[in-house]
Amino acid sequence: MTMDIAATPKLARLFRMQWEEAQGAYVLLYPEGMVKLNQSAGEILKRCDGVRDVTAIVADIEQSFGAAGLEPEVMSFLDIATERGWIV
Amino acid sequence: MSDLTVPAPPAHIPPPLWLLAEVTYKCPLHCVFCYNPLNYAENRKELSTEQWKDVLRQARKMGAAQLGFSGGEPLVRDDLEEMIGEAHQLGFYTNLITSGIGLTETRIARMKELGLDHIQLSFQDSTKEMNDFLSSTKTFDLKSRVAKLIKKYDYPMVLNVVLHRYNLDHVGRIIEMAVEMDVEYLELANTQYYGWGMVNRDQLMPTREQLERAEAVVNEYRAKLGNKIRILFVVPDYFEERPKACMNGWGSVFLAVAADGSALPCHAAKSLPGLEFPNVADTPLHEIWYESDAFNRYRGNAWMKEPCRSCSEKDKDFGGCRCQAYALTGDAANADPVCSKSPQHNDVKQIVMQAQLKPVTVEEKPLLFRTDANSMRYASIPIKEERDKVT
Repeated sequence: MTMDIAATPKLARLFRMQWEEAQGAYVLLYPEGMVKLNQSAGEILKRCDGVRDVTAIVADIEQSFGAAGLEPEVMSFLDIATERGWIV
Repeated sequence: MSDLTVPAPPAHIPPPLWLLAEVTYKCPLHCVFCYNPLNYAENRKELSTEQWKDVLRQARKMGAAQLGFSGGEPLVRDDLEEMIGEAHQLGFYTNLITSGIGLTETRIARMKELGLDHIQLSFQDSTKEMNDFLSSTKTFDLKSRVAKLIKKYDYPMVLNVVLHRYNLDHVGRIIEMAVEMDVEYLELANTQYYGWGMVNRDQLMPTREQLERAEAVVNEYRAKLGNKIRILFVVPDYFEERPKACMNGWGSVFLAVAADGSALPCHAAKSLPGLEFPNVADTPLHEIWYESDAFNRYRGNAWMKEPCRSCSEKDKDFGGCRCQAYALTGDAANADPVCSKSPQHNDVKQIVMQAQLKPVTVEEKPLLFRTDANSMRYASIPIKEERDKVT
């Protein structure tokens, strides 16, 4: 299963994402559970707003971090996030 | 007690992430597997609304992000909504862990407005007869109505069913019930033998065959349902060779505050002798978490004895559960005897074997329901001796 480049992923209803100062990280909160996100996961997920498509998300991340060629990395994370039910 | 100039936490101790607020021990149900202390009725003192709100503020400031309102039955408190509102404002993810009794449409709607994130509803079985028998109430129909209300108000929902000898064979029907209710998670929680569950252990203990059948059914449904429902089913630790990583380590992520304000590193910790649990009414939470003897006693691994001390898995399972180690070996610093490396592991195997060979029937030894009257029989009596005595 691979994410469509034109898809506009958004956080699944079951999850809430927020910055946690004590953990120095973005976390996903869901019924009785919490996932601490690493920096790149956090940066990708916070751009999954259901409006931007994958191309736009990749472009925005590449611009923010002054890097290029991040599409494969972003796509592979989005696949994992889909599989875990974090995004739809 | 809010302290706005909180000192920096010691670097080697992580902050609490999970706060369990057991806001009351009052409960309209009388479940035979409840983990609440046997002598809960002895102490009726409960924190005030303001004290609870203060606990929430302190815990959030320290880093807690998950909050469970539990008990007893948290809906017994008519200020629950006020606490939920405060918790949401502070940025907690708020979970209501409930039997559903007392959850009217008015309350559920108000809680939604105030920001309650999730509701965990317990059922005792898929059948009305067994549900009502095990909880010693007529609550099945009421719970079914509450399940509909939870979905009507669009809450994510966990259905929790505690499993044991009397309902393990109904697991298929329980899953069908969860599908019908359209829940997101089904938690099939095998009984843990603490509190009321411990005194009723001989009657509740399933056979290995029952567990294997139930697990096979669960796996069939998992394959069939895919991601539609997440089904949690963990084989009870008495049947395992390695202990559970209880609380993910003592004083590591979990902080419970009991109805009277005692702060506990685990919900069953009051069963341990020789530990004085600090109270949030007179001690700042920061001091409780980082400095109290109760929270430091089994933190890390310096307290461990053999076989844990030299075990390569000690940082994976932390030697198992302190309360279980105490209940089954008389020393909370021993390895949890469900571990096959424990010298007392044979005792656990015997307990399991007995359930296998000659199960104790309710006719021989009646189930002890969690009632105020039964609870008072345990007042001020150490739990282990009493368990051996009471039949």
